[in-house]
Amino acid sequence: MIEDERENKMSETQTTDKRAQAKDERAQEAANGGAPRDHPSPAAPAQDPDWEQEAKPKLSKEERTMGLPKEKLRKMMYDMLLGRRFEEKTAESYALGKIGGFCHLYIGQEAVAIGALHALEEDDYVMTAYREHVHALQMGVDPRSAMAELYGRIDGCSKGKGGSMHMFSAETNYLGGHGIVGGQIPLALGVAWKIRYRDEKQVMQVFLGEAAVNQGAFHESLNMAALWQLPLVVIVENNRFGMGTAWERASSLYDISQKASAYAMPSAIADGMDILDVYRVTKEAVDRARAGEGPTLIEARTYRFVGHSMSDPVHGVYRTKEEVEEEKLNDPIRIYANLLADLDTLSQEELEKIDAEVKATAEEASEFAEKSPEPDPAELYRDVYADEDINGRLYFDGRQ
Amino acid sequence: MSNQRVLESNHPPATDAARQPITFLEAIREGIREEMERDEQVLVLGEDVGAYGGAFKVTDGLLDRFGEGRVIDTPISEIGFTGAAAGAAHMGMRPIVEMQFIDFIACAFDIITNYIATSRYRGSGPQPIVIRGPCGGGVRGGPFHSQNPEAAFFHTPGLKIVYPATALDAKGLMKSAIRDDDPVLFFEHKWLYRRPQLREAMPPEDHTVPLGRASIHREGRDVTVVTYGAMVHKVLDAARALEETDEISIEVLDLRTLLPLDEETIVDSVQKTNRLLIVHEDTRTGGIAGEIAMRINEAAFEWLDAPILRVTALDTPVPYAPPLEDFFLPQSDDIVSAARYLAGY
Ligand SMILES: Cc1ncc(C[n+]2csc(CCOP(=O)(O)OP(=O)(O)O)c2C)c(N)n1
Ligand SMILES: [Mg+2]
Repeated sequence: MIEDERENKMSETQTTDKRAQAKDERAQEAANGGAPRDHPSPAAPAQDPDWEQEAKPKLSKEERTMGLPKEKLRKMMYDMLLGRRFEEKTAESYALGKIGGFCHLYIGQEAVAIGALHALEEDDYVMTAYREHVHALQMGVDPRSAMAELYGRIDGCSKGKGGSMHMFSAETNYLGGHGIVGGQIPLALGVAWKIRYRDEKQVMQVFLGEAAVNQGAFHESLNMAALWQLPLVVIVENNRFGMGTAWERASSLYDISQKASAYAMPSAIADGMDILDVYRVTKEAVDRARAGEGPTLIEARTYRFVGHSMSDPVHGVYRTKEEVEEEKLNDPIRIYANLLADLDTLSQEELEKIDAEVKATAEEASEFAEKSPEPDPAELYRDVYADEDINGRLYFDGRQ
Repeated sequence: MSNQRVLESNHPPATDAARQPITFLEAIREGIREEMERDEQVLVLGEDVGAYGGAFKVTDGLLDRFGEGRVIDTPISEIGFTGAAAGAAHMGMRPIVEMQFIDFIACAFDIITNYIATSRYRGSGPQPIVIRGPCGGGVRGGPFHSQNPEAAFFHTPGLKIVYPATALDAKGLMKSAIRDDDPVLFFEHKWLYRRPQLREAMPPEDHTVPLGRASIHREGRDVTVVTYGAMVHKVLDAARALEETDEISIEVLDLRTLLPLDEETIVDSVQKTNRLLIVHEDTRTGGIAGEIAMRINEAAFEWLDAPILRVTALDTPVPYAPPLEDFFLPQSDDIVSAARYLAGY
């Protein structure tokens, strides 16, 4: 839990100064005849470089693993690598025109979803936004069925009707990717409400990008979750950008975890490049939710190594190549691999073996997707309602 | 408008280079840009409209020209910034709000239908706001990035709805929408944005197209096809095919503005051809075709020689899979069969 009053105060003064300055400039411009001009944007606090030191406890390498069995530690590595290789394969297929539409990759952020989802039990629920492939895989969606969905094929987890942003798998309690920014948060609230109502023991974990914090739906949901003390864990994946807008240009308050205090909700910051830190922070929140002690807001600080979507260059307008290269030094997979090697939990050789395995899985997924049939037009009318074809077909439908 | 200050144009006179054919997208941008030059109260706001130039680059370059005070990057807060734009419009400003995809207009539905649409009626006076964004399918965008939500607003008195099909109309209608004192929803079919065959040269003078007036794209004798947006081009393809293969002569009427609806032009055309087909990319039930058919029923029933038909998208969400989306969307072949059926009725 982080309460940094100091940072807040500083940014307030900065804002006031800038405002006064802007006012002066406007007066000046008015005097000059008010020609079109550059208006200064309101000041925003830059990221606090020291947050890690304050939020993250100093733990030894052994302590970081929290006594987790070696098998689990290795599985975490396997899952992150599978996510990475699956996304790389997706990018390849997209470039070949086999996947269409709008497609958002998760490369760089793997530690967040994998770490957080490892803190769940088998029957817990998960929802996220549209950067969702890895969440879906981790929840147990078969890589072949995920890839088939991306290819728009009948064996896709949503029969090819949803595509990249709209996977869903009721069997695995993966309650979907959602293409409307912020839309999944109230839905997750409803799932958490059901758990409480039926006196069940599950936990609802919902992911969102930091830019979704600016939607009213986020604030409305946090309030209700805290008011009703629901078993909800809200994980904000702060990758610093909402498309091309840096977080500090979109929020008057940098520190997302502080937003929880408006709803008297506990919050925490996790190092989103450190899978074990994400696990540690999330596990605490999940345990509390399961014990009936209410919701938690977690801010996982991370970075995406790729463009916002397949049509957005990795760097350019809103971030420099140097910035991306520097962030890539914090590759969550590299960081974790080093730790496991230091602890003699996973050797380089074993790592390479895993890598070969997940690469083959991704490859196989795309071969499967390639062979899966395209959905038949009759499929179009299926699942619109419980009863098929409620509105009837077209009076004049040349295709019949 | 008393509180509207019109700037002296410091635009260089249009050169020949400036009159090169431009795309649909560039035409929209040019319309916005010229109105921003003309009137300092015009501003643009939305997600990533500034430095990024918009997800589709419609507002590219405007930040450099007009600065951050008039080209405003907003947080992802559709109801907040649309409401703010409405409040500013009350005060005589002329905000242009971008929905990154028009599907997200649903997030601001309350502000638009409850508030903006009824504002004048409740005494606010002018409400000069434009809400614009890319709509439509055919790009494999799936259920939340492909919709045509015009019918949801068509039903709301107090709003105007514009949906252009050509570069010239896109620019001229954008300029008129910005100057209009009522709220205008401006739908831009994303499939039209960069079509090379839609490039057109803009006239050198101040080019506006009046709201509320349909245009006849192609004259014909046998069947009137009323349509708008990207479907205009599919209907034109069908009309050419029918001319060649069946010698059926199709009149293609492009609505351009859906609200207010140009009933007069539709009635005139129906009185000439006595047959009406309505084509839209939106889904069928509750779509605009139903309203048009009813208007003709009321105003020109005795002129009809055949039932009014419609070709529309099917009543389902927009699917992602290419063959499903292609089946879902109206295609030229569907239009050909429907028009042929009508001509032979
Ligand atoms: C309501 C709504 N507004 C706008 C968009 C367009 N859009 C898609 S992603 C995105 C940026 C979101 O950023 P963030 O929430 O930080 O998630 P990230 O992409 O970084 O994972 C925007 C503006 C949308 N999908 N839904
Ligand atoms: Mg983000």
